Amino acid sequence: MSSLNSPDTTARPPARRGPRKWLARLEGPQTMGHGPAFWAAAVLVILAAAAYPQFANDFTVGNVAYFMVWTFMAMGLGVVWGYGGALSFGQTAFFGLAGYGYGVVSINIGSAFGLTWLALVLAVALGGAFALLIGYFMFYGRIKGVFIGIVTLSVTLVLETFMAQTAGPQWRIGDARLNGFNGMSGMPPLTVPWPGGDILLYSGTALYYVLLAMVVLVYLGLRMLLNAPFGNVLVAIRENPERTEMLGYDIRFYQMLAFGLGGALAGLSGALYTAWGQYITPSSMGLTAAALPIVWVAVGGRRDITATLLGSLLVIAGFQSLTIYGSQYALVVMGGLLVFTVLVTPDGLVATAMDRIGRLSRKMRR
Amino acid sequence: MDVVAALFSTVYQFGDAFAFLVISCAGLAVIFGMMGIINLAHGEFIMCGAYVTAATARAGLPLPLAIACGALAAAAVGMVVERTVIRHLYHRPLDSIIATWGISLIATQGVLIVLGPTMQGIGTPLGSMAVGDRSYSIYRLVLFAASIGLLASLYLLFYRTRFGVIARATIQRPAMARALGVDTRRVYGLTFGLGAGLAGLAGGLYAPTMTMVPTMGATFIVESFVTVVVGGTDIFMGAAPAAAILAVIRAGLTAWYGQLFGQIGLLVAVIVVIRVLPGGLSAFIRRWQR
Repeated sequence: MSSLNSPDTTARPPARRGPRKWLARLEGPQTMGHGPAFWAAAVLVILAAAAYPQFANDFTVGNVAYFMVWTFMAMGLGVVWGYGGALSFGQTAFFGLAGYGYGVVSINIGSAFGLTWLALVLAVALGGAFALLIGYFMFYGRIKGVFIGIVTLSVTLVLETFMAQTAGPQWRIGDARLNGFNGMSGMPPLTVPWPGGDILLYSGTALYYVLLAMVVLVYLGLRMLLNAPFGNVLVAIRENPERTEMLGYDIRFYQMLAFGLGGALAGLSGALYTAWGQYITPSSMGLTAAALPIVWVAVGGRRDITATLLGSLLVIAGFQSLTIYGSQYALVVMGGLLVFTVLVTPDGLVATAMDRIGRLSRKMRR
Repeated sequence: MDVVAALFSTVYQFGDAFAFLVISCAGLAVIFGMMGIINLAHGEFIMCGAYVTAATARAGLPLPLAIACGALAAAAVGMVVERTVIRHLYHRPLDSIIATWGISLIATQGVLIVLGPTMQGIGTPLGSMAVGDRSYSIYRLVLFAASIGLLASLYLLFYRTRFGVIARATIQRPAMARALGVDTRRVYGLTFGLGAGLAGLAGGLYAPTMTMVPTMGATFIVESFVTVVVGGTDIFMGAAPAAAILAVIRAGLTAWYGQLFGQIGLLVAVIVVIRVLPGGLSAFIRRWQR
């Protein structure tokens, strides 16, 4: 697999100028897909996604927008787990915290002048800062492997319990009532200030385009980051922490940063989710909710950001249609899918498929 | 008399918390200590034990026998899971956690579909006794005794029987144990079954005190994980003292601020402990012994 190449074998490509230089930064040993054919396909996919609302009704467009809300958390987990090798079970802690953060801030400052975007930024910062704090204790405490999973899982479960008991009127932050087990509601959706009336971004086409742009930006940004020295060090830590440390890198610092990034991305998902549905409940941090990102990323493929993105969208869409046709069996299927993936295609279904396609096309070119 | 009553109340609270931590983490600690696998389906094995206990007890079996049935059923399920899934993942510990999580999802939801959202439970036996002006459940005292008995019998099993010697040899030097003719795969299978059985025992013991719902395993999960993380890999030098320390924290915070702060206190304790004592209490005690 291309992502397994150790970073020291990469020779820097010759310096290029203009757009080609930027394109070169998007490619590297840590991500699948390169060359004009891949990018042409990527542009086609984005164009198709942009044209999609013209051919579908509002309801399905809103549904797809809802799927895209979750991909940020999945990509964050991909960076932390797939690239950094730290399996976090508690991404939902940052998701939920940022969700509540968005609610509290946006209820208190209102939605005039696009202030909801400030609430979004603050919520993401809150998720990221909390992740940095937890990451500091974990990585500077030198815990690794399974313990990271346990600590993060405990964090999210305790947050759920805490939020579930905030039912009384004394649990309020400014005007925002936390509302215990039933969850918080009534926060404004994201708004874009516009002459002649703000554009409200809930469900429908406007939100779809905003989310599509954000997914593309985050995806490209992560590709750039993962192929930069930071990504190489992260993969080196995953492959051999001792050796990386002997080479002079403070692995605790890199892991903490990666974990913070993962937390911020989970927070972005959480804040967007809250803005999308205008509610957030403690069960979004519960055991079942915490399992789902693991399913998406494991089934999609964790060692490549493209596979993580596509796989998560696929699994989320599949899960959604299962819930419509037989809600109670959806979780059983997810569990079965997880066990199957781990036993049969440990690199993930989508990643394995992409690998096969890549090999096939190389063979045909010969 | 007041002093005696207050003292009894404190000891009772501590004993209750200690028993809960030890009983709920024993199965997890055995599997983790021996095999390095964190069993995320731990809560579902507990649920399995509790359900079987409740069903057999209501069918007319005396409670101790029903609890034994629950433990045996969970052990049997555990051996099957080990044979079909876990066995293939010994060299990939992180993947084995994920696989057990998948099993946990299937089990929780499967039980919900098959048996419905709740099941009729069994009442707490043995009644209560009064010390001072408060009354205490006698069954909780039995649970405390059971937790001590559990630790003692695990000690005897691992340090005084042939199985214990072989099992410890398998953990310390798997290759050497194999060279000396030990069937390590069988040992791992039995160990996983033992861990699942202990989880089932936890479910059985706590079945009379809880509501029977498919998600009941989640109640045990945080406490048992926290105990194992603070304890480290050794159940006697790690998990048991960890349970004692955490029980003090939990009982104190619960008495003063309520259940929730007991749990939050546990979490803060675990985060601080991993920062100052990497490897948990057992690594610390081992270093201190040298």
